[in-house]
Amino acid sequence: MSDKPKIAFYWCASCGGCEESIVDLAEDILEVAQAVDIVFWPVAMDFKRKDVEAMPDGSLLATMVNGSIRTSEQEEMAYLLRRKSQILIAYGSCAHTGGVPSLANQFDKEQILRYVYEEAPTVANEQKVRPQPRHQQNGTAITLPEFRGLVRSLDQVVEVDYYLPGCPPTPKLLKQAVLTLLSGNLPPKGTVLAPDTALCDQCPRKDTKPTDLKINEFKRPHWTQIDPNTCFLAQGIICMGPATRAGCEAQCISGNMPCTGCFGPTSRVRDQGAKILSSLASSVNAREPEDIEKILEGIVDPVGTFYRYSLAKSLLRAKVTR
Amino acid sequence: MEEKLAATDKLSTSKDWEPLIVAFFCNWCTYTAADLAGVSRMGYDPNVRVIRVMCSGRVDPQFVLDAFAHGADGVLIGGCHPGDCHYVEGNYKTLRRYLLLKRLLRELGIEEGRLRLEWIAASEGEKVSKTINEMVEQVRALGPLRLTRKFKEWDAELATLEVEAQREEVAVHV
Repeated sequence: MSDKPKIAFYWCASCGGCEESIVDLAEDILEVAQAVDIVFWPVAMDFKRKDVEAMPDGSLLATMVNGSIRTSEQEEMAYLLRRKSQILIAYGSCAHTGGVPSLANQFDKEQILRYVYEEAPTVANEQKVRPQPRHQQNGTAITLPEFRGLVRSLDQVVEVDYYLPGCPPTPKLLKQAVLTLLSGNLPPKGTVLAPDTALCDQCPRKDTKPTDLKINEFKRPHWTQIDPNTCFLAQGIICMGPATRAGCEAQCISGNMPCTGCFGPTSRVRDQGAKILSSLASSVNAREPEDIEKILEGIVDPVGTFYRYSLAKSLLRAKVTR
Repeated sequence: MEEKLAATDKLSTSKDWEPLIVAFFCNWCTYTAADLAGVSRMGYDPNVRVIRVMCSGRVDPQFVLDAFAHGADGVLIGGCHPGDCHYVEGNYKTLRRYLLLKRLLRELGIEEGRLRLEWIAASEGEKVSKTINEMVEQVRALGPLRLTRKFKEWDAELATLEVEAQREEVAVHV
């Protein structure tokens, strides 16, 4: 095998969009493939876990893991890849901050399993059979990974060196990250490899954002005729831009949809949801509790809206009475 | 930090549990009122840890969540009466955030009675002592929140694999 640096990709609890974003490098992937050897990438190449186990520890320059951690198998892979890699990168929102899967932290394991295997309208399962971690069949023991009680971000399970944010990260950021790794000129450990400013900074509608924002009503985007040139917040549409890191080049906004917060917070923020809550509530244009409540009613699902990608990494991490 | 966590954890798990309340008091009104309560020798329950902030509007919702995450059973915010804010609008912002934060906390499983906002003017020393005593009773009735302990319980499921992984790592290096 060549002595080019070795790189691996792995997929935990996520939708697959992160894997897609690697393919979205298009012809740039040739440049990457020229500079590195991709030695493990289950979605695209036929290497197995035992191949990774056979590699010497630390023999991979970098591994990019996408997806949050929900099962014992994902934990095992996180530990294994951590051991084999010099640099471990959390790739995408789910690995970075828990992502959409971590909204499941509002429910306990039993609630989720009961719904998925018994109650969901599309399920026909009269015997209420559920997958068992261990099963004997014709004298053979079959095992399945354990389903954990909580969805976690990658760094809540193993140490992470860098983060590539986004749902998914843009091919541009990925290419930059690979080039940075190869240059050997590494940023401090724990760096999020995207600009450390709020998305508003890159927003093409920035000039139309009022300095003194006054919100009289919160409108839902799918019920609203959205003006494509005016700041979403000025139109009463919740936009996570002020509490979200830049780096996506305002792609959703260019598509006339507000930011939902996938790049996570900037380095000065500990809890993205609390931060946008603070910002939005402050701008409500009312003084009496009843009037304020009436306007706030327009925010139908605060947890799902403010923590869409970051519940696992919020200060409370989950619904505490699950 | 670890020691401090262990201390709050011990406090919140012992049998003779006492509610622990973190209070954010505004410099201009409520903190002055608490001071007045002090010099007037008005008694109040010792369960409260007062943090002085320049304005109740300075209380970032992150502070409230952080207090709960570090072992507080309740959080009390005290500010100037509407219209009296030293910074004109600060307490209105507090009120708006408080109303939304309460909804968020409810959805995340934290009972409404654990967060309270009260307007207390500099002259209302008695109201400080009354509010604190009331809140301590209210939180006592709700029982301990014990989040630091809960976080540890949640992460207990990670422990076995971690030990295994460390053993493997050691085995490889020997």
